[in-house]
Amino acid sequence: MAELEELYREIILDHYRSPRNRGELDSPPAHRVEGFNPLCGDEVVVSMVVEDGKLADLKIGGSGCSISQSSASLMSAAVKGRPVDEVRRLISTFKGMMSIHEANLGPDSNGDGSDVAESEPEEIDLDKLGELAALQGVVKFPVRIKCATLSWNALAQGLDEVGAEAS
Amino acid sequence: MTPDRSAAAPASAPLNVEALRKDFPLLTRTVNGRPVVYLDSASSALQPQAVISAMSRYYETTHANVHRGVYATAEEATALYERARLVAGRFIGAPDAAHEIVFTKNTTESLNLVAQSWGRSNLRAGDAVLLTEMEHHANIVPWMILSEELGGLDLRYIPIDSDGRLALDDLDRLVDGVKVVGLSTMSNVLGTIPPVRHITSVAHEAGALVVADGAQLVPHSPVDVRDLGVDFIAFSAHKMMGPTGIGVLWGRAELLNAMPPFLGGGGMILDVKLDSFKAAPPPARFEAGTPPIAEAVGLTAAIAYLGEIGMDRIRAHELALTNFALDRLDEKLGSDVRVFGPPAGEDRGGVLSIAYRDVHAHDLAQVLDQFGVCVRPGHHCAKPLMRRLGVQATARASLSLFSDEHDIEVLIEGLLEAGRLFG
Repeated sequence: MAELEELYREIILDHYRSPRNRGELDSPPAHRVEGFNPLCGDEVVVSMVVEDGKLADLKIGGSGCSISQSSASLMSAAVKGRPVDEVRRLISTFKGMMSIHEANLGPDSNGDGSDVAESEPEEIDLDKLGELAALQGVVKFPVRIKCATLSWNALAQGLDEVGAEAS
Repeated sequence: MTPDRSAAAPASAPLNVEALRKDFPLLTRTVNGRPVVYLDSASSALQPQAVISAMSRYYETTHANVHRGVYATAEEATALYERARLVAGRFIGAPDAAHEIVFTKNTTESLNLVAQSWGRSNLRAGDAVLLTEMEHHANIVPWMILSEELGGLDLRYIPIDSDGRLALDDLDRLVDGVKVVGLSTMSNVLGTIPPVRHITSVAHEAGALVVADGAQLVPHSPVDVRDLGVDFIAFSAHKMMGPTGIGVLWGRAELLNAMPPFLGGGGMILDVKLDSFKAAPPPARFEAGTPPIAEAVGLTAAIAYLGEIGMDRIRAHELALTNFALDRLDEKLGSDVRVFGPPAGEDRGGVLSIAYRDVHAHDLAQVLDQFGVCVRPGHHCAKPLMRRLGVQATARASLSLFSDEHDIEVLIEGLLEAGRLFG
């Protein structure tokens, strides 16, 4: 069961069992985005506050499988309090790690191409991803990539909707 | 042919599963180093070699468009296509198969056809439609679309009880004033087989028609539309060991005759002028465009295969194995496992929707895949039912005529591994 251990690394199971930044912020003032995976019913609710070019606060709600929920928890720990431009770069790096295989999955079920790599992904520096690199085992299980990227797409959508710019 | 599949085998003779498994080429492959344990027939069944060969042979020797050419192969293709209609009709006891069997793409398209054709011409804003809480989206959403188009239908639902059976105590009140009842004849999540004949007679007394979703029942049990009493029934070939791409709608001739076309195009008309058309009689009226011809040939072969074994024996085998699985899951996993739906019995089919500890269905299915076990995780296109059950997703293992006790043991082995992994 080596493949399974590669997928379900201890750090992933830890974030699944003890999710960080769990809950919802009052909206308004927080901005709230829901992400759904129509295939399996997983859902993630990202509520966020952007202030002075920073992702000042963020909480994660919803429920779903270990990959969708641990990815959301890992994401929250990595982006909370960070400058928006840094968050956007991290989203891009993370999706790069996932999209190498995702590009082969055919049309994205959201229909907006958001999960499909637009060009050859650049070399991903896993060091920059820190704990998030634990999720790289997911790319061997293509149907689970949508689970891993669910919260990241919701976060990216939220940043776009609030028109968050770097300070 | 194995002796086991002789038509003379008594209805009570158990299946020789070991022999039958050899009929399915896909069962010979391995996944992740393990033999495939296929427990996803409720999603789509596997095909025996007889079906695959029949379709290949058709393409190699006969293919032509139907109802058009006058050359020999075109005549043969047309004959094969029309023969499939008679075979499908006979399989469900249709009194007038030649006129009452409509080929569609799948169950979903069949149900949309009824909603859009019969529904649009017979329902008005405010009319009541009675569904059940255990319907598949395919027998809910078409009525919701129609409701939006007509300016609002009164959608009602027969609830389920705590065992996952339909709660029928209140049926008389629910059915009052209803024009049409949409009824699953076997739940794809719970395995529940409702008392279709009873519900149909109550519906008819109230002046309502019954549109049955037969996608799960028709492949696994003897079905006779005259016994069920329903007015329409829909099912798909690919769930009964035929190919994807062809579905069946049976409807009473007098209803089909009065219904307007669903899709327009070639094959469904008698005449077309610059400003008007005259529709062909059923079933051609509802079969616009080139139909699934090779798939009809495959359906004929699938029905022949099932018929040779005998639907009574298939049902008995799957019922016994459902009993075994429920007992064995309880014995090995106890209160860690929950299987939704009624206890094993005559009103239950071989669909086991499983919740195991607090491991998400998606993760269960992932671990099971490492054991070669194919199950379906998710909401099974029945989100209202999942909300009612209070779960987001289940891992569904569904049985087939080739399923055996070993399959259940491997399933349990995989569940135990998931338990260890998620601790």
